[in-house]
Amino acid sequence: MAQLSSALAPGFGDPVHAAQRTFSALMWAMAEPGRVVPLAADLTPPAPLTPELGAVALALLDYETPVFLGGRLGAQPEVTDFLRFHTGAPRVLDAAEARFAFFCAGEELPSFTAFAQGEPDNPDRSATLVVNVARFAEGPLSLFGPGIEGHRGFGAEPLPADFAARLEANAAGFPLGIDLILCAPGAVAGLPRTVRSRPNSGV
Amino acid sequence: MNPTAERRAGMPAITYNFAYLDEQTKRMIRRAILKAIAIPGYQVPFAGREMPMPYGWGTGGVQVTAAILGADDVLKVIDQGSDDTTNAVAIRTFFETTAGVATTTRTEEASVIQTRHRIPETPLKAGQVLVYQVPIPEPLRFLEPRETETRRLHGLADYGLIHVKLYEDIAHHGHIATTYAYPVRVNGRYVMDPSPIPKFDNPKMHMSPALQLFGAGREKRIYAVPPYTPVVPLDFEDHPFKVQTFSEPCALCGAEGVYLDEVILDDQGGRMFVCSDTDHCATRQSEGHTGRMSAPYAPKAAPSEGGQP
Repeated sequence: MAQLSSALAPGFGDPVHAAQRTFSALMWAMAEPGRVVPLAADLTPPAPLTPELGAVALALLDYETPVFLGGRLGAQPEVTDFLRFHTGAPRVLDAAEARFAFFCAGEELPSFTAFAQGEPDNPDRSATLVVNVARFAEGPLSLFGPGIEGHRGFGAEPLPADFAARLEANAAGFPLGIDLILCAPGAVAGLPRTVRSRPNSGV
Repeated sequence: MNPTAERRAGMPAITYNFAYLDEQTKRMIRRAILKAIAIPGYQVPFAGREMPMPYGWGTGGVQVTAAILGADDVLKVIDQGSDDTTNAVAIRTFFETTAGVATTTRTEEASVIQTRHRIPETPLKAGQVLVYQVPIPEPLRFLEPRETETRRLHGLADYGLIHVKLYEDIAHHGHIATTYAYPVRVNGRYVMDPSPIPKFDNPKMHMSPALQLFGAGREKRIYAVPPYTPVVPLDFEDHPFKVQTFSEPCALCGAEGVYLDEVILDDQGGRMFVCSDTDHCATRQSEGHTGRMSAPYAPKAAPSEGGQP
């Protein structure tokens, strides 16, 4: 008992308003794909869970949301304990069963098709992937679609080399598909399934 | 200290969680909102809670507002364009009491606007959220009562039924007679009920810089239109979508090109048309605009019994 409690990092200092601020950042990130929305996360969760990933988890997860922990996150018992204690979300080992999936490094992202895509009658029954990246950049992709007036330059690293192709394949399956939330230190960005992209050639 | 406050001092204070709802409910609604934004126009089912007001009084909109509201938000609530009708006052007071947020009647000052059946005349800005109260979210419901079937029709993007409905309007009336809750297609995919706003307001939804969220409490559905998203009313090439026009300006502020309410003045056929958007009308009046029935009465019209307060 003593050993367990000493390993547990605290959750939000002000759970009600911190969760609201985190959600608000996520809502605007989803509503304006590719916009880098500031997110101040006052958390010190166990590594490799970052403060931003932790804040998203605490704001959105509870007993209703099976969660998949990818790569190094899943291998770290402190992370599992932290999320189980603060959210009560059941951890699943089969990616297809998860409503949320967390990754602490963009390059660890498996194929999007490994996750629930929703059903034609219920496309909301799809997974949301929450992925940590090192930084955002006014980058190589030119995004367009709902939430974007014209085009918006976007980039993040590290991400898989075929990320743009995956994004396009995900959008092609609309209304099915997964939704992405990217977290970097102090900020989040959303890439819902509606977002389309093309290489940024100075358009 | 007034007598009511004195009496209350002896009673245990009732305290609510911020914005009334418990945190698990808010998380559930927030997850639904995120999916709704990701699938524009698609109705996401959610576990709607019983609210301290009856169904039909905005329980869906209230739950959405409660889930998104933050301590720094400034809330405006309108009912058919008006800030001072029962429904608007009750909901505004509800959030003043349970969330302690600032409220306003000015459209441009609000960060969250909850609305029943109107979109403000003042153009909305980026960063604002418009929360609609929705009675029947399913645009196909009166054509197909079974939820399993309407879900399938949306899944297949099979909207032939609703075009037949609009066609029957033309066959019966010679024009599309649907004047409110006029169905729209969002981003070229889902057909959506814009809630019972007059079709006059439909063009304001198209490519709006504001985020639009829809909450249906009794039917337990949430849907959304992200900013800068195409929202196109259904129509036919030979019967294109048209909005209502009014033959006279607002009787109090002289505004043209806005949505007007008809007010019956007497039993002699006297009537006036005034802005449905009270904030818009009051702002214009404070800027010195006057209409036919402004007080003090502008140049006397034909002598008649009209013009009684």
